[in-house]
Amino acid sequence: MFTIRKKELLANNIYLMDIEAPRVAKSCHPGQFVIVKMDEKGERIPLTICDYDREAGTVAIVFQAVGESTKRMADYEVGDTFRDFSGPLGCKSELIDEDPEELKKKSILFVAGGVGTAPVYPQVKWMHEQGYNVDCIIGARNKDLIILEEEMKKVARNVYVATDDGSYGFKGNVNDKIKDLVNNEGKHYDHVIAIGPIIMMKFVSILTKELGIPTTVSMNPIMVDGTGMCGACRLTVGGEVKFACVDGPEFDGHLVDFDESMKRQQMYKTQEGREILKEKEGATHKNGGCGCGGND
Amino acid sequence: MDMLTRIPVREQDPKVRAKNFEEVCLGYNQEEAQIEATRCLKCKNAKCITGCPVSIDIPGFIREVEAGNIEEAYHVISQYSALPAVCGRVCPQESQCEERCIRGIKGEPVSIGKLERFVADWARENGIQPKAAEVKNGKKVAVIGSGPAGLTCAGDLAKLGYDVTIFEALHEAGGVLTYGIPEFRLPKDTVVQSEIENVKVLGVKIETNVVIGKSTTVDELLEDEGFDAVFIGSGAGLPKFMGIPGENANGVFSANEYLTRNNLMKAFDVSYDTPIVAGKKVAVVGGGNVAMDAARTALRLGAEVHIVYRRSESELPARVEEVHHAKEEGIIFDLLTNPKEILVDEKGWVKGMTCVKMDLGEPDASGRRRPVEVPGSEFELELDTVIMSLGTSPNPLISSTTHGLDINKYKCIIADEEKGQTSKEGVYAGGDAVTGAATVILAMGAGKAAAKGIDEYLTNK
Ligand SMILES: Cc1cc2nc3c(=O)[nH]c(=O)nc-3n(C[C@H](O)[C@H](O)[C@H](O)COP(=O)(O)OP(=O)(O)OC[C@H]3O[C@@H](n4cnc5c(N)ncnc54)[C@H](O)[C@@H]3O)c2cc1C
Ligand SMILES: Cc1cc2nc3c(=O)[nH]c(=O)nc-3n(C[C@H](O)[C@H](O)[C@H](O)COP(=O)(O)OP(=O)(O)OC[C@H]3O[C@@H](n4cnc5c(N)ncnc54)[C@H](O)[C@@H]3O)c2cc1C
Ligand code: SF4
Ligand code: SF4
Ligand code: FES
Ligand SMILES: [Mg+2]
Repeated sequence: MFTIRKKELLANNIYLMDIEAPRVAKSCHPGQFVIVKMDEKGERIPLTICDYDREAGTVAIVFQAVGESTKRMADYEVGDTFRDFSGPLGCKSELIDEDPEELKKKSILFVAGGVGTAPVYPQVKWMHEQGYNVDCIIGARNKDLIILEEEMKKVARNVYVATDDGSYGFKGNVNDKIKDLVNNEGKHYDHVIAIGPIIMMKFVSILTKELGIPTTVSMNPIMVDGTGMCGACRLTVGGEVKFACVDGPEFDGHLVDFDESMKRQQMYKTQEGREILKEKEGATHKNGGCGCGGND
Repeated sequence: MDMLTRIPVREQDPKVRAKNFEEVCLGYNQEEAQIEATRCLKCKNAKCITGCPVSIDIPGFIREVEAGNIEEAYHVISQYSALPAVCGRVCPQESQCEERCIRGIKGEPVSIGKLERFVADWARENGIQPKAAEVKNGKKVAVIGSGPAGLTCAGDLAKLGYDVTIFEALHEAGGVLTYGIPEFRLPKDTVVQSEIENVKVLGVKIETNVVIGKSTTVDELLEDEGFDAVFIGSGAGLPKFMGIPGENANGVFSANEYLTRNNLMKAFDVSYDTPIVAGKKVAVVGGGNVAMDAARTALRLGAEVHIVYRRSESELPARVEEVHHAKEEGIIFDLLTNPKEILVDEKGWVKGMTCVKMDLGEPDASGRRRPVEVPGSEFELELDTVIMSLGTSPNPLISSTTHGLDINKYKCIIADEEKGQTSKEGVYAGGDAVTGAATVILAMGAGKAAAKGIDEYLTNK
């Protein structure tokens, strides 16, 4: 059992929780993720490690209540426990093993979209602790969805906020802001790390390819085990099939087949729609023999 | 009574069971078991034992069954096997113990597996458990993976007085017994869970959600966590795909994913959150036990199911009993057929599969006749789901994070057969992680051998 030590509402529908998980806290690195299973009947939910305290033995997760499971998770309070909390999974961010001298010479831009700001934060924090300066764009549809801005300001050299509707900061999407920085403010970047919705990562990668800036993205396909056993998380990178849970989740944004990944993310949409139906209609929803809801 | 034929075992009617996840085979009752036991000749030189990878004293336990001493029969089996209710169900007995049975020379061999299952089920129903070691020796052993290899190794070491902890990556113990083999062949809550409980009764601790290579490493277990030896029984879980066009389409699954969603995550039960795309018309590519399990699962979820296999029926690697059951239930076998491409609709979902007919040519390295394409025989199967069941290989997570652990070109850990010793001192391995995908009982045999190896090593150290 893994106890929730802290719970905070960061923005509308976006929660941060500190979970007591000493083994994970001891060995995790930025870029990795965990799998949470709330209780006996819960799904295995992959979530990025957003911060960790090795001494206190806690790991922070930030999640957006978007569907059945994450909504249920939002109802958990401090002192409640998750049945399972497995990790760290996936590879650590490539920056961590890069030669410090090389890294020092580089100018790095992080691009965070929506709840993707959460996984960007530990990486920027790590860079800050090692003495590197990086810039960070935080983008969201509107002001209410901007998270971790204050925390980010403490660890990044420059934080630029961009909202689609202009309700806060720069008016426009993150790509507009990248162009603004490079074209109008004369900024130069050697590497971009973009984490957010797939569609955002796709368009950032198209832009940075034009600008000639190497780009890393963090993919979040559907997962089951997270250990390389099922292949649900497969995606195509540079024409090769990779398993995001063991080969990633970070990949070269200029090589990822984003369109395929976007389609694969939709795979259980109708299934989950049925879950909501089930909630509404109760037992009458059960039909089609097995009652799994997938065969009618 | 005709001593040449075995007492038939009761099964659920194929029409009924094709729609549920209840166990297919119902097993013997005590009366049937006792009659079947009389067929055993209690051979002095019992050939059957030589066919059992853990050398169960088969005539010994059958003698007790015949006399009606079922508890005693259970204690005989427990000396050799930690998972009799599992093995009695899933061992390929026909090619192991039963193949060598003297009774089988003239008639049908003794139903050793079904008798073993009866004894184990009876013990469970009557609350009989194995006996724990009385004295602890104070030495700590870590076991990685809670499949049959790990459970057996852990159980044997605990009986010898070792302090054993199993580390399991998933949230439930059991390995393939839990995530792979379906409920209708191997019930989870009753059979698998209770055999795992029996290993715990011996004093073994099981820590789930620990991924060795990520949460901690073999080196750290030895250097920082105070373990005197490590056994690696991490299986061969990495699924293979064919590499044909369309394979990443929505609706294409590895058998592991399909089975994991259903067995480990219980997607067939609506009260569990994990979804499954069951499919209406499903093709399962492959012909092994895993393919049969995936096919029969899809059938129970309401689909029309085709097995697509490139050789002919006699080359099907699955157990005869499984093929027979699959046919009875209505699985369609498209033999001598090989997929070329998966056809995808505009939204990215499977809509069909182009296949080609095959002929059997000259024998290949495996001694089986090699399938060759029949030119111009391409045809399309209309489908919404494809399940790839092409075999699995060991996951490199552990080998790539352990210093000095040698693997072969198939990524299998190199370990000697007799004692499970690897290239690294204090580290032993066995089961699918060493051999590649094999069987439950071979994994158990390897776990047993390694327990002996570890005991010798730590006793002499
Ligand atoms: C490596 C990784 C890291 C992630 N990190 C975060 C994070 O830090 N914060 C956060 O809010 N979300 C994160 N996600 C996404 C998160 O796992 C999903 O939002 C969550 O599983 C949705 O569950 P649901 O039942 O509430 O919603 P659903 O209604 O089931 O699904 C909503 C969306 O989530 C996707 N999804 C559903 N099930 C899974 C699954 N098992 N694996 C992956 N995606 C799924 C669906 O494609 C859909 O787009 C991450 C995903 C991955 C793979
Ligand atoms: C669908 C299916 C049906 C089968 N049917 C039969 C049958 O009828 N009869 C038969 O004899 N055999 C059958 N087999 C084969 C048999 O199940 C395997 O040969 C056997 O389970 C191997 O045992 P094992 O202990 O070596 O590994 P596994 O059972 O694979 O267990 C390995 C365990 O190690 C864990 N693990 C892996 N990596 C790590 C890590 N890094 N850290 C911690 N834990 C880790 C895994 O999660 C898993 O729980 C079947 C296999 C499948 C997939
Ligand atoms: S464990 Fe398997 S091989 Fe050994 S006696 Fe039992 S059924 Fe036969
Ligand atoms: S070989 Fe057959 S008949 Fe002889 S002891 Fe074994 S099971 Fe009995
Ligand atoms: S989630 Fe199963 S292989 Fe990646
Ligand atoms: Mg969900």
